[in-house]
Amino acid sequence: MTELDRKTPPQFNGVENINLIHPERQTLVNGTKLFVFNSGEQDLVRIEFIFSNLRFDPAKPLMNVAVNTLLNDGTTTMTAAQIADKIDFYGAFLQFDYGYDNSQVTLYTLTKHLNATLPVVKEVLTDSIFPEKELATYKRNQQQKLQVSLQKNDFVARRLFNEAVFGDTIYGKAAQPEDFQSLNREDMLQHFKQMYQPANCTIVIAGKAGAEVIAAVTNTFEDDWNNTTAKGDTNQPEVKSAEERFIYKEKAGALQSAIRIGTPFVKRSHPDFPALQVLNTVLGGYFGSRLMSNIREDKGYTYGIGSGMASFKNAGSFFIASEVGADVCKAALTEVEKEINQLKADLIPDEELSLVRNFMLGSLLGSLENVMSHADKFKNIYFSGLGYDYYERYAETVKNITAQDLKALANKYYDFDNFYKVVVGKY
Amino acid sequence: MVKFNRFTLDNGLRVLVHEDSTTPMAVLNILYDVGARDEDAERTGFAHLFEHLMFGGSVNIPNYDGPLQRVGGENNAFTSNDITNYYITLPSANIETAFWLESDRMLSLAFSEKSLEVQRNVVIEEFKQRYLNQPYGDVWLKLRPLVYKTHPYRWATIGQTIKHIEDAKIEDVKAFFKKHYNPQNAIMVVGGDVTTEQVKELAEKWFGNIPAGEKYVRNLPQEPAQREERRETTSGKVPLNDIYIAFQTCDRADPAYYPTELISDVLSRGNSSRLYKSLIKDKQLFSEVHAYITGSLDKGMFVLQGKPVQGVSMEDAEQALWAELEKLKAEDVLLEELTKVQNKTESTMVFAEMSLLDKAMNLAYYELLGDANEFNRETAKFLAVTPSQIREQALNIFRKENSSTLIYLAERADGVDEPELSEAEN
Repeated sequence: MTELDRKTPPQFNGVENINLIHPERQTLVNGTKLFVFNSGEQDLVRIEFIFSNLRFDPAKPLMNVAVNTLLNDGTTTMTAAQIADKIDFYGAFLQFDYGYDNSQVTLYTLTKHLNATLPVVKEVLTDSIFPEKELATYKRNQQQKLQVSLQKNDFVARRLFNEAVFGDTIYGKAAQPEDFQSLNREDMLQHFKQMYQPANCTIVIAGKAGAEVIAAVTNTFEDDWNNTTAKGDTNQPEVKSAEERFIYKEKAGALQSAIRIGTPFVKRSHPDFPALQVLNTVLGGYFGSRLMSNIREDKGYTYGIGSGMASFKNAGSFFIASEVGADVCKAALTEVEKEINQLKADLIPDEELSLVRNFMLGSLLGSLENVMSHADKFKNIYFSGLGYDYYERYAETVKNITAQDLKALANKYYDFDNFYKVVVGKY
Repeated sequence: MVKFNRFTLDNGLRVLVHEDSTTPMAVLNILYDVGARDEDAERTGFAHLFEHLMFGGSVNIPNYDGPLQRVGGENNAFTSNDITNYYITLPSANIETAFWLESDRMLSLAFSEKSLEVQRNVVIEEFKQRYLNQPYGDVWLKLRPLVYKTHPYRWATIGQTIKHIEDAKIEDVKAFFKKHYNPQNAIMVVGGDVTTEQVKELAEKWFGNIPAGEKYVRNLPQEPAQREERRETTSGKVPLNDIYIAFQTCDRADPAYYPTELISDVLSRGNSSRLYKSLIKDKQLFSEVHAYITGSLDKGMFVLQGKPVQGVSMEDAEQALWAELEKLKAEDVLLEELTKVQNKTESTMVFAEMSLLDKAMNLAYYELLGDANEFNRETAKFLAVTPSQIREQALNIFRKENSSTLIYLAERADGVDEPELSEAEN
């Protein structure tokens, strides 16, 4: 028997084909858009009801999130407790998620219980009443939770960074504990009526979604759900960033400092976006990235450091984030600067670039774990106004972009001196 | 239903294969039967520090992550008080790379001084980030030694103190590897777009000639039954008071595990649960409240935790929690309420089958418990629980002399006024 060669890596194959499931599309008579991903072995479905947020009012920063959260707390015919009893009894899950651009309600249910759970969602979306007592509980408990979060350095750093980059908009202006007090039921009811309307709703179904599932959803949400004339404005104002680039909040006795460094950035719809994702991956987008290799694996300054790009309807950002030992905070910032500047000065070596290409394609393939992941991929492009050719362009860019291109992009987009730098802790 | 095939190599390595051709990916999961409970009391945090070192290069492969990323793979690992679990996901066409990497680090590590030095620092930063520099982060460092006086569960996975991590020597690392990281102490699950034949061949090729090593025989001091009420009060720079009541409960293999888990669901799973409805919504005593079990392999913990609304005294908060426990002891749960938490468990198990990695991890864990097939019988065991079993366990667990209460008080700081602090200090 020949000796096993343990030093040489086994042969490997590149990722060639990535097949994305495309949805079936329909528009309901009331204007609601419906997308269906029908696949999978398990007898369950995820149904998302997605609504664009209304225009942000800096004087009432909590309006969108509070209305979304309190949808769970009572309708004309059901109390909060009755809604919870019904959903839980059928082993279903009802989630309320607020994002900067959209708010959504998600139902996870076994298909055999769809006829029992779907009417609850309908009622919540069409007939929520925001009871005073529930609102009072919400205000008090959320205010307390926010007080706890405000003791976490990374939470505070993220807020300060977003405020600097995105200014007085829905992306930038975070609520203060006292903002909860000004919430009132009348405002919320009005907001609810303007926002949760069929024409502002996108439904995405993923799972074992055959004809009978689609019929159940269509019948439920076409029946007696109409648009009213008081339609809310879903446009968001322009983003204006702050002048001051260095923001430091000292925390006495901090063992670690949270740092966040970055800048306003292009959105997913920009032609450079896929290539910038490659550059971001090299810098801080995976475990073997330059930031991790240097600042965690070589220096041991942190448990983790990474970089990322956030893309929203009206704005985008690029950021680097970490929590580092308070005594090495300055040193860590110096290393971040070095890594940024190296991407601008030197070509990324072939070996590193080919590794990143393969990693990104494998990662894309691996992110398609089940039919719900296919629906998520669709939402990424749909809400950015893009089509499936985006993913073709993405894969082509990852496979073919050159080190020269990436160096040019680093010089065009990365300017450390001009980045916002937030430090919470010690500096 | 998660189907699998199973075989054992001559060196004792147990291998399970779950074929799933609906995905283009594969998973290789290795569970090592070692956790923080196997540590020396003078060298705590070692199992977890060791997990970090497993990524510092092996005997023939200087860099673990690079070759995996090059073939489109990702990996991670976690350590608990009971186990250490490593996993890789990658395109199935490149599954052999996972065998190559995992077998080499089971064969032997590089034991580099530089890697030890850096990972000591990384783990110390992790200690700070998760336990010291977070509001309430040190709760588990205080609660565990209150509940456990003898068993190694008295320290947290991260370790009892940073000092133990600072003191780790390369000889300790080598000895730990020899004792725990050998084929007899491992369970490997390969899942996804693979065949059993292919896995057999690759397992023989890459793992077949790794020496069996010595079998580690676990002989831990077991925790005696608690006979007195325990209580501790601490404080920190946090904005709100917090209360923890922990009880000793059965181990994972005990049939009582199933009713115990369902009790925690009745109390705090979802917005229809008792604690949520009664203490947050109706009585408005807490801003948040949770009940959960640790589910550990040796004697476990049942934990109640809640943050009282500002202005509510800790005594009233504690009493309100006890009132809910007394109710469980005095009256059977209604069949409808029990059915509700059972339905939730059933649908959660179906949802878990949507994830290849979850399936692989579960198979490995149930194989460690004794038989991976039990994973498929789990739902039936929960569905078989009766109201009288729930009450029997409630009576058994929720006794004052079986309780450890940790009161975590908010120190006055940053202008946050805390009126009941002076009162509680009396």
